[in-house]
This record gives sequence, structure tokens and C-alpha cells, in this order.
Amino acid sequence: MFRNVAELVEKAESQGISIAEVMIRQEMEFGELSREAVVARMERNLDVMEQAVDKGLAGVHSLSGLTGGDAVLMQQYIAKGNTLSGPFILDAVSKAVATNEVNAAMGMICATPTAGSAGVVPGTLFAVRETLKPTREQMVNFLFTAGAFGFVIANNASVSGAAGGCQAEVGSATGMAAAALVELAGGTPEQSAHGMAIALKNLLGLVCDPVAGLVEVPCVKRNAMGAAVAMVAADMSLAGIKSRIPADEVIEAMYRIGQGMPSALRETARGGLAATPTGKKLAEQIFGEKQ
Amino acid sequence: MKYNSVFDIIGPIMVGPSSSHTAGAAIIGRLARSVFGREPKRADIHLYGSFAETYRGHATDVAIVGGLLDFDTNDERIPNSLQLAKEAGLIVEFHKEEAVPEHPNTTKIRLEDERGSLEVIGVSIGGGKVEITELNGFKLRLNGMYPAILVLHNDRYGVISGVTNILTHHHVNIGHMEVSRKEKGQMALMVIEVDQNLEDAILDEIRKLDHVTQVTRMSP
Repeated sequence: MFRNVAELVEKAESQGISIAEVMIRQEMEFGELSREAVVARMERNLDVMEQAVDKGLAGVHSLSGLTGGDAVLMQQYIAKGNTLSGPFILDAVSKAVATNEVNAAMGMICATPTAGSAGVVPGTLFAVRETLKPTREQMVNFLFTAGAFGFVIANNASVSGAAGGCQAEVGSATGMAAAALVELAGGTPEQSAHGMAIALKNLLGLVCDPVAGLVEVPCVKRNAMGAAVAMVAADMSLAGIKSRIPADEVIEAMYRIGQGMPSALRETARGGLAATPTGKKLAEQIFGEKQ
Repeated sequence: MKYNSVFDIIGPIMVGPSSSHTAGAAIIGRLARSVFGREPKRADIHLYGSFAETYRGHATDVAIVGGLLDFDTNDERIPNSLQLAKEAGLIVEFHKEEAVPEHPNTTKIRLEDERGSLEVIGVSIGGGKVEITELNGFKLRLNGMYPAILVLHNDRYGVISGVTNILTHHHVNIGHMEVSRKEKGQMALMVIEVDQNLEDAILDEIRKLDHVTQVTRMSP
């Protein structure tokens, strides 16, 4: 069993296999399952992700009314043809938003690694599907690669906003997506690790400050930005740019920052955006009286 | 290692909006119900830390009650569970606690009916993973991943080997086992994680042992 990114990369390189393959073999061993069973379970997750993206792109709204409809707006904007960031990144953005809008509406999603951060990985995957044209097997492998890096982060730091802030949720998801994008685009395991490190480094310190305690503001737009960062970090790594700080040390830094964060900024809705005048007013409007 | 499977990271498939505050909460509720072994008539749900601060926004209350009604994390009835509990005759009361817990996502659930009561403390550690950390005042660590049997007994010599002998006899492999007691010679609890679901006959055999007071099965 690999315990950190260095071991994960070493396993893949010494055996001449992909990160996804390392993860699949470990899962077979851990669960005493056949390859077919492990792959089939991930295929179900992929199906749920695709359905959530489709549902969000068709337009959903949360009960509170705080979020919804933005995935549609972004698609309409892309269709006009003259965007600043370019259609690929914005497509990932819209699909990440779509997933989180469905989540906020209490629809069905696949936690990746959590529900609040469920948009980043599928957002980037379904966006590059148009350009990289992966087979279904490659799409499933994308999720195993993302999962392998998430596995390391969860075991050495945290993927919980309450424990480590949003850096542990959207930050982890962004690192996972970047690593998987690199592999899907033909990068090496080492390049995946650099992509993960570059992405996560740039979301360190991100606080969890949900307005009214809802997984809506700023969560949905943070997934959008996570998807954009993941795409850029993957491109940087594929260009040969390296993270000066190794991935495992970035994860360790994330853990320590999370521990040092005041509880007001760890999913208690008592600090950050939740504590702004508008944030408080929205909470009162939604729940009738002061919580 | 807190997480052993890639499906702890990519998964669970669930109803939004939060894996720790909705899915994890539902799993804790369902585990409590599973240990209780029958439909409770009353549930007192105490919420601590982040659970206490944000439970309405995350539907943590709704999710725990969904779990108590035996709903899975992807059950689309979860959003309506408070109403469904009422219809099923389950009285639910929430208690928002000020105390600072060891883990920010902590809940204490007390279930009861005319036959008895059960108190469970559960924490949701992120991504839908949970741990039961206390049961009727006994410290333990149970994550609901494997079938388990809980044996409440008097703290006497020979009881533990009596139970393991029965399991040996039926070729049941023990994956993990914890024994704890509140005071020497008083009440004690055995938590035994096994590799397969146990038949009623085996549980009955354990129940008949001297000094065993209660045997409960927990299925993942």
C-alpha cells in the first residue's frame, strides 16, 4: 500500500504502469475484489457524475434560492465565441458549477472527494472529453488517478472542510484533477505529482466560510475556480514546469495550515464570507431568525 | 491509515449537499439504528461543533433522521425524512450543544422505545467516512465497514475466550477486536469485527454463555 505521493510515483515508474493501474491493483488487493468489480464500481460513479453535469447544464436551483442557473449562463456565454479565458477552461468551469448546483439542490452526486468539492474532478474530465476524446476506460482511469492522489491527501492531511478548511476540500479536488488531467494528456507519473503540487500549493490557506452554513456560497464558485486552476496547473506541468516543493511536503503544509486555522474559518459559518453583513442578512432571510 | 479504499475518496454516491454533514450524518444515524436493532420510538440528537453551527444549512438533522429510518446515503427520501419520521411515529428532538468536541463533526444520539435505550456517539471525519467512538459510555472505534458483533457482558474471566471459541467453532475469522470495561469486575463490552455476516444461530449460542447480557449484530 502506498502511503505518500513519492511511493505512488515510485510504484508506477518501477513497474512501468500508470497511476490509475497502481490504484486499481491496490483496490483489488484491499477489497479482495476482481478487476471487473473494482472497475464496475468506478463506472457507476462516472455515470452519476455525468448525470449530475447534464442535470446542472439543463438548469437547477437550490431551495434557498442562493444558487442555480449559473452553469447555463456560462454555456450561453461560451457559445457567443469571444471569451477571455478560452472555451476549454470555461467549459470545465461550467461543468463544475453544474455539478455543485445539483449538489446544493440536494440532487444526486458522487462525493469527489467530498460533496462540497464534487464539481472539480468531473468538471475538468467532461470538459476535456471534447478535445482529448478519451475512451470510457480512460475516463474511468481518470477517476482512479484522481482517487490515488486524494487517497494520499486524505490519509496524510484531510479532505474535511470542518477539519482543514476549504483547502482540504476544493484544494484537494483541484490537486486530484490536475494530476489526473496530466495522466490523461499523456504526462508521466512524476508530472502528475508536479501538477498536483502546483494546484494544491495555490489553494493553500483557503478557508471554509459557507454563508448560512449552506454548501452554496462561496462553494459553487470555488469549484469553478478549482476547475480552472486544475486545467492551468496540468498544462504547466505538461510544459515541463516543476513544483519546487515536492507534493508530499505541500500536503504536509496543508495539514499544518488546517490545524492552525481558527474554528470560525472551518465550516462553522461564523467567519469569513458568512460573517459579512450580507452573509448574515442572507442567513436570517433563509432561516427566519438568528441561528 | 484512516482511508483504505479509493471509493472512500471517489464516492459515496449521495444526495447533496455535504459528504461529511449529510452523507456521514446519515451513515451515523443508520449505524445507530443498526446497533439498536429495531425501529426506535424516540430519538434525542445532540449536535456539537460544526454540526451544531451549520446543521440546518447542511441538512444534517434531516440526514441523521433519514439514517434512523434506515435510508442509505443515496436514498431520495432523505430530504423528506423529518416528515416521514413523524408519519412513522418516531419522536425526534434536536439539541444544539455548546461543548467543544474533539472532532468538529460530532453527534450523540440517544434512541429509545419501551424495551430499552441506546446512546451512541459518532463523528463524521470527511468524505462520508464515519467512526462510532462511544456506545453506552464505552469508548470504542467502529467505522461500519465490516460486519461486527457487540457483546455486552460482565467482566469475568473466560467470557472472552467463550465467545472466540464459538466463533472458531463456526470458522468465523476475526478482523479486529476491542475489549473495554468501565470498571474492573463490572460491565464490559466486546466489539468484534468479522469477515462475514453471522447467522442468528451463532448469536444465540453467544447469548447463552454465562455472564453475557446482550449481543447485537451490526451489518455494513
